[in-house]
Formats: sequence, structure tokens, C-alpha cells
Amino acid sequence: MIKLDKVSKKFGTGVFGLSDISFDIEKGEFVFLVGPTGSGKTTIFRLLIRETLPSEGSIFVNGWDIVTLPKQKIPHLRKKVGVVFQDLKLLSDRTILENILLPLDVAGVSLNEAKVKAEEVLTQVGLISHKDKFPIQLSGGELQRVAIARALILSPDIILADEPTGNLDPATSWEIVKLLSDINEKGTTILMATHNLDIVKSLAKRIIELEKGHLVNDNKNNKEEKEKKSHPKKEEEKEIKEKETGEEKKEEKHETL
Amino acid sequence: MKHFKTTWRNMRRSPYQAFAAILIMMLTFLTVSFFVFLIGGSSEVINYFESKPQVTAFFKNDAKQSDINTLENNLQSTGKIASIKFVSKDEALKIYREQNKNDPLLLDLVTADILPASLEISTTQIEDLAPISNTLKNSPIVQEVVYQQDVVSALTSWTSAIRKIGLALIVVLSLVSVFIMVTIIGIKISQKKEDIEIMRLIGASNWYIRWPFIFEGMFYGVIGALFGWAIASGVLWYSTPFLESFLRGIPVLPVSPLIFVELLGTELVLAALLGAFSSYLAVLRYLK
Repeated sequence: MIKLDKVSKKFGTGVFGLSDISFDIEKGEFVFLVGPTGSGKTTIFRLLIRETLPSEGSIFVNGWDIVTLPKQKIPHLRKKVGVVFQDLKLLSDRTILENILLPLDVAGVSLNEAKVKAEEVLTQVGLISHKDKFPIQLSGGELQRVAIARALILSPDIILADEPTGNLDPATSWEIVKLLSDINEKGTTILMATHNLDIVKSLAKRIIELEKGHLVNDNKNNKEEKEKKSHPKKEEEKEIKEKETGEEKKEEKHETL
Repeated sequence: MKHFKTTWRNMRRSPYQAFAAILIMMLTFLTVSFFVFLIGGSSEVINYFESKPQVTAFFKNDAKQSDINTLENNLQSTGKIASIKFVSKDEALKIYREQNKNDPLLLDLVTADILPASLEISTTQIEDLAPISNTLKNSPIVQEVVYQQDVVSALTSWTSAIRKIGLALIVVLSLVSVFIMVTIIGIKISQKKEDIEIMRLIGASNWYIRWPFIFEGMFYGVIGALFGWAIASGVLWYSTPFLESFLRGIPVLPVSPLIFVELLGTELVLAALLGAFSSYLAVLRYLK
């Protein structure tokens, strides 16, 4: 689904944002991308939607060769990859519904059809009652869910979530992660960048760890072993539930990298 | 429909920019309309004179009827004459009275004595007018020769001057409109830079982003042209009675409504093109 092969990204200043990164992600996987700020997580996301090009190496997303992808094909790629941006990138002068409708309009879906779909997705993320509000009237967690809804609306094969729990309290963070893993269970590949170790540790998922632009750890094989041992899905759900009920106590202990 | 909604919202949010854009377009097409009327009208007038290859000779007061008859016969015998018509003093008075029947003051002042008798001569070929007018000028009983060719050439030089001025004005105004539109659309694009970036990241194609701006430019152009045309046509319509009496006898007015409609159609197309072109320039300039 996603394949990076010896990817390096050198910035204009001569600094390497990423160096020699290789990994590949199968269809339907849920992968955490962890690492401190500046480690290159966002750069990987930007590379994956061809917001920027790598200096070296090759990238494949959903069968597309990102490096050689012609410019006019970029919109096709971006319609197939839903992104939850770190800064959300919602349009402040449009209502929640209009924000969600935007990708459908871009894709040329008729308005009536689009409205049905948008309301369906808003119901899924639990925001249907807020559909006519403007982004400024919503809380951080709600906005995050709007961003997820927008990433979800075109039923993409891949969702990239860049720190979707970035500045949320643990309770809300868990809701967001729960939402993403529900989506993942329906077959969507998810790559989520985070530095919320609590979440990462509690969900037995594959973790790709970056540090200063280098890949320092990828527990692809570990995870497979774990999966053999137990029924991960049930375990996860139990864990999520535990987290949801016990967050208040955990809040103080909540650690970030 | 969707674009109308967007454009309407943009206009409500920045009414001064929309106003400036519409106003400059209006000015451009007001000028276009006025000069079309002026140039069209004056070429009609020229056509009228040219279609009447005619010389008029006014006789001296003491000219004898027999001399006049001799002259008339001499001219007839050249074979170049299509028609020749003698207008006596009394007939001239009658024509004068008819033309000025609404103005009693002018009627009282003039008697048959003041008005000269004349000979209106038309030739079959325009080229023959010159030798005939020379013959007339050399005749001792002729006071003055009015030669339509002089009128035509004077009018032609005026018309060509009007045409040049009009063309220059229209070119300058069109350029000004393009620059103003580019600036206004450019400002709008800059204001929406963030939105545009977001749309790009979501997968919007270039044309999805460009089209609303181009539509907005076309919309300003069309509205401006509509107003410009309405003002120019209204003025012409309103002053038709006055102009008709000024151009007495020359069948230029009233202008047929069909011409107004044709002018409107052409101007709307041109305005849409001009608006689209300006917006496209702005889009190329500000949307990389």
C-alpha cells in the first residue's frame, strides 16, 4: 500500500530532514509513526501526498510512483489518500457540513448525493448536531473529528493522521484513537503520527520510530509475533474501554515524548 | 448556479472591489457604445451624401431666366446629366417655409427676394461632378456652387478622426480595465491563499480552483457592459427627437431596435471575454 525505499529529503538549507528511510505498509494495517518533534514525521506525510518531492529514493502509494507521478495526476492521488492535518486545515468561513462537502465537490459528486454521504459521515463521528456551526464554535476534539470526517468522506484507501491527538486531553484523545481504529477495522490503512506514548503502548500496533530523520525502530516483526499469541482485536477494545473509563486518574501521569 | 452563489458571496464581502471592477467595465463599454453610434451614424450620413452625386448652383439675383435656360440646355447636351432641376425663388421659399414651419420668427424674416434661384444637378457618375461644377463656376450668372463632394470629403476626414480617437480611447480603457481586473482578482486570490492551499491538499485540480475566479471576472465584465450599453442606448434614445431635427432630411434616425440588440449581444460577448482574459492573467500570476 505504502512503500518507501531509501528515501532521503534534503532541505534547502542543506539539512537532512529524512535520511535513508525504508519501510512498507500493507493494506489494512494500523501503523504508528512516533518520534519527537522535528524527527521527520510530517515530512513523511508531505512526501506521501506529493506536497514535496524526496531528494533521493522512491515512494509508492496505492500503486502510484510518487516521484514520477505527473503533476496533473496529483489530485487523483490526493483523493485516494485522506489526510488529517496537524493543523487541521479546516476552512474557517464554511460550516462543518460545507467543510465536509468540499472533498466531494472537488471529486465532482452531485450536491444531493454529497449531502447524504456527508451526513452519514458526520453521524459516524458523532457531529451531526453541529453540522451548521462554524469551526470557531467547536471544541478542539470536535474539530479533530471534523478533520477526520473530511479525510474519511471520499472513502480513501489510506488515511494519514498527523498528530490527531496533539493538543487534546487524554479522554478526547482516546475517542479519536477509537474512531481511527474503527475506521481501520473497516479495511482502511492508517498511518498515524503521534508522540503520545500512552496511546502507542496500549494499542498493540506496529510502531515506526523516527529520530532526527533516521528510522531507529520498526517493530513490524514483533507485532506479528504478538498477533500470533493473542486475539489482538479483543484485547485492544478492552484496553480502549479501560482507558476511556480510567482516563481521569491517568491524566496526570500522561506522558508525552 | 454554484458559481453564481460564490460570486454573489464574494461581491457581498468585498463590495468596493466589485464596484470598481463593474464601474471600469461600464466605462469601457459606455465608450464603445458611444463611438459605435457616432461612427455608425456618421458613415450613414456620408453614405447619404455619396448616394446623391449632386451639385447645386445658386444664381445671382440679376440672372435672366433666358441665360439660365441656355446654361441648362448646354449642360443637358453634355450627356453626363442624370437629372437637372430648376428651383425658382418662389419654390425655394416654399421649401424654406416647409423646413421651418415650426418657427414663425424665421418665416417672417425671409421673403422670396432673399432666396436665390438654383439649379440642382445630379450626374450618373460621381467623377462627372467635378467638370460640371467647374463649368458652373465659370458661368457669369452663377453666384455660388455647392459641390457635395466637398461635404463628403469634410465629413470623411471628420469620421476618420472620430474613428481614430474612439479606437485609441477604447484600447486605453480596455487596457485599464484589464489591469484593474487583474489587480482585483489578484487581491481576491491572495485573500484566499490559505483556502486554495487547503483545496489543493484535498485534491482539487487547477481548474477547480481557477474556474470560480474566471467566472467572477466574466460576471463583472458582463454586468459592466450591460450598464454601459444601457446608458449609451438610453442617451441616444432620449436625444433622438433633437438629433432628428438637427440632421434634417438625412435618414439616419431613429436607429432600429435590432441594432441596439445586436450591439448588446456583441458587447456582452466581448465583456465576458475581456473579464475571463483578465481573470486568467490574474490566476496565472497569483496561482502558481
